[in-house]
Parts: sequence; structure tokens; C-alpha cells
Amino acid sequence: MPLPYYVSPEQMMQDKAEYAKKGIAKGRSIIAVEYQDGILLVADNPSASLYKISEIYDSIAFSGAGKYSEFENLRKAGIRHADLKGFMYSREDVTGRSLANGYSQTLGTIFSQELKPLEVEILVVQVGETDRPNEMYRISFDGSIFDERGFAVIGGRSEALQAFLKERYKADESSLKATLTLCTAALENITSQKLPLEGLEVAALDRHRVGRKFRRIPIAESRQILT
Amino acid sequence: MSSFHTFPEHDGSSFFDYLLHHRPDLMPANRDWNGEAGPLSDPNGPHRIPSLPHGTTVLAIKYRNGVVIAGDRRATEGFQIAGRQMEKVFKVDGYSAMAIAGTAGPAIEMVKLFQTELEHYEKLEGVQLSYEGKANKLGQMIKANLPMVFHGLVVIPIYVGYDHRRNEGRIFKYDVTGGRYEESEYHAIGSGGKDARNTIREHYRKSLSEDDSLKLALLSLYNAADEDVGTGGPDLIRGIYPTAKVVTEAGIADVGDERIAALYTELITERKKER
Repeated sequence: MPLPYYVSPEQMMQDKAEYAKKGIAKGRSIIAVEYQDGILLVADNPSASLYKISEIYDSIAFSGAGKYSEFENLRKAGIRHADLKGFMYSREDVTGRSLANGYSQTLGTIFSQELKPLEVEILVVQVGETDRPNEMYRISFDGSIFDERGFAVIGGRSEALQAFLKERYKADESSLKATLTLCTAALENITSQKLPLEGLEVAALDRHRVGRKFRRIPIAESRQILT
Repeated sequence: MSSFHTFPEHDGSSFFDYLLHHRPDLMPANRDWNGEAGPLSDPNGPHRIPSLPHGTTVLAIKYRNGVVIAGDRRATEGFQIAGRQMEKVFKVDGYSAMAIAGTAGPAIEMVKLFQTELEHYEKLEGVQLSYEGKANKLGQMIKANLPMVFHGLVVIPIYVGYDHRRNEGRIFKYDVTGGRYEESEYHAIGSGGKDARNTIREHYRKSLSEDDSLKLALLSLYNAADEDVGTGGPDLIRGIYPTAKVVTEAGIADVGDERIAALYTELITERKKER
């Protein structure tokens, strides 16, 4: 029996990470920014029906970058988890933190045990009710989880976006208009081209809404906000 | 957290099916009541569950812009009043509502499951189910409850909603086997259902206004409470009134307590004059 080739664990992890990073770098970017009424999510997405941003539960939204089939599966698993928990206990017991932990576990397990890691990076964001702060979790392909403040970025060219936003994001200038302008400017800056509004997917978690806080902002409304 | 360890083979958009395959312990009808089903013909059978709270008269009436759905607040356990403030009319999603008659516990659980089902589908698929699709799904859920019927745990709803494809409000009634029947004008169920239907039949006209249909709904509940011990009338001392909702093209709206109280005051004043 021939001996299997020996590959050191370090080498194997490095190869997997490189593979996953390459896959994610090919994808477009998504930004989540805290604004005065909650959290705004903007994705560079030319499709009007294949969403990258989605509602998970009352105050929780999900967004995925990288391979569509993979983050779509994660999105569905998240909705099932949230709906089951809300049905078993109560709606207020469904939290972004527990969801983010679940995603982190899944991605971590797949990264270390499967031959092929998932080529995805995801965001789980939860808008806080009046007295509670917002929560934004970024989870990367290997399951590592980051607790973000102010803004979070996933997808290709996320470092450049991060730098751009770090320079310009001001917590006290956070009307919907200012925030949406900032997001489009950031996406245009890294793609170095004018992005038509048709190519953007925009959604918000608005803490002033009753019940389900997630809402998509259609192109016509985005245009109106920006003028 | 089981749904996270591996991606589930289950790939549908139904929460009901998801529970059925992954958490059958949470399914209303799958609970083990520890015994052979006591047939209906043997009401004193060992496994028939004794007096549980029951809901009573609920009704729906179509009007010009949609449907009004209303119900009384009384729950009874045998000859005792189990509750005076029970809510029997529920918002299911943005465009539909249901009212329940039968055993309160399983009925409320069915409402919760149905609400989750519709929201779950909408989130997974990115679009809402059609009204027809929602009504059919509810029928399947009632059918799944059939084993419980043999234990005396009957749940029967009326389901109303606004159908945007047809541009009209619609009313569906059900039987215990999940049979689904559309009513084109009005319907009432529960122990006082027949009395309520009698009143509606006398006064119903096509294209009622919202106010008139609401008045008719409240009058019918009043008359049902007059005839049926299981139905509660307006409780003027405690300030407890039947609840109602209206479903129109714009969605569901609660009818406020003040408006209902005012309509009842008007109705009672008229009644007194007539005597």
C-alpha cells in the first residue's frame, strides 16, 4: 500500500485559506453602516432578484459575499435556526450573537474538516432597540468572528473599502442620505467607475419600524434619497 | 443548533415540513397523548381530555373594500367561564387574519405555527405566498391535526385575506379534515355561529360600507351572546368588548376598542328605545 503524501497541517491550512481568499476576492463588495435610524446595507449587485442582503428575523439581517450557492445555503440555515428558536421560545430570544456564533461554528468546522473550505464571508447585523446598541458581526471563511463598530465591509477589495470608510465615516453625520452617499462613494471609489443605482442593492434595518425592522429600499426611493 | 452542523437535506420553504422532519416533538399533532385514540363515540373514554378552555363565536363579513373579521372574548370550560378576555382574532401576516373556534390551546398553537410558516416562506423565497397558497397550507395544517380531533381537541378557523391577484377580500372556512371552502359573502363558526349567521343573513347586503359591516358584525355577536351560553357579549362594567380587524388592499388594521365601544353604546341605546 503506498503511503499517502505527508502535508503538514500548517501547509494544508495555508493552502485552504489561500483558496478561499482567492474565491472571495473575485466577488463584489458589501457595506453595512450604522446610521441614525439603524443599520444601512449596500451591496454592489447588478442582479435585481438574486439578493445578497436578506432578512433573517425581526431585527436581524444577513449579507453574504463570495460564492452565491454557499452563502445562500448559510442564509437559509440561519432563517431556519431563527424561526425555530422564535417558535420554541419567544421572538425576543432570537439574537444576532447566537446566530453569529452558529455561523462561526459551521464555517470553522467546514474549514478544518472538509477538503474544500467555503468561499464566503458573511455579515450578521442586528439593530438595537432604543436603549440597546447595534451589533455587527463579520464572519470569515475560517469561522473567525469580528465584532465591528460603525461600519463593516465584506467581499473583494474589502481592505481598500475599509480604508476609505475609516477616513470618511463620521458617527455624528449619519442621516440616511449622508450614509447612502458615503456607501455609493466608497463602492465607486474602489471600482473606479460610476455605479448606476440599478447596480446597487440597498436595504435597511430601521429601529422605528414596528415588528419586522428589515426593509428593502427600491431604486426609485434610493434616487429620491440621494437628490 | 442542530441545523448548523451540517446543511440539512431538507430544502423546502415550509416551516411546517421543517418541524415535521427535524423537530417532530414540536409538532402539535405528533404529541404522544399516551393511549389509543378515544373514539368520538366514547366521550368518556379514558384518554379523552376533560374540559379545556374553548373559544366560541367568530365571524367574517365581506364588504366593499375587503373583509371584517370579529370574535367574542369568552372562553368556557364546561359550564364554567375560563376567560373573559380571550383574543380569538389574529393577524397572520400583513394581508390576512384568522379567527379560531374550538379548543383554545391547540388553536393558539396553530395560529403561531401558521404565522411562522408564512413568514418563513416569505423570507426563504423572497416573495409572499399567494392568498390561495396560504389558504391551502392552512387546510393541510388542520388535516394534520385530525388525530387530535379524536381526543376531542377540535380546532376550526375562518381565514380571511386580501387577494391582490383578484383585487378582493376573500373568506375561507374549513372542516376538521382540512376541507377548504370559500364563502362569497359571510360566515360564522363556533357554538354561537348559527345565531350569528342568522343575524347576518337578515341584514347582509352586497357592498356594505366598512362602518355598516362592522356594525353588523357586532350586532351578530351581540345576538349570538344572547342565545348562546358559550359566547360573551360586550362587558360594559369591565370594559371588555369583542375584537375586530379589517383586511383591505392596504393590509390589516385593528379596529380600536374605543370605536367598538362607541358602536356598542349606539346599538344598546337603539335597543332600549325599541323596547
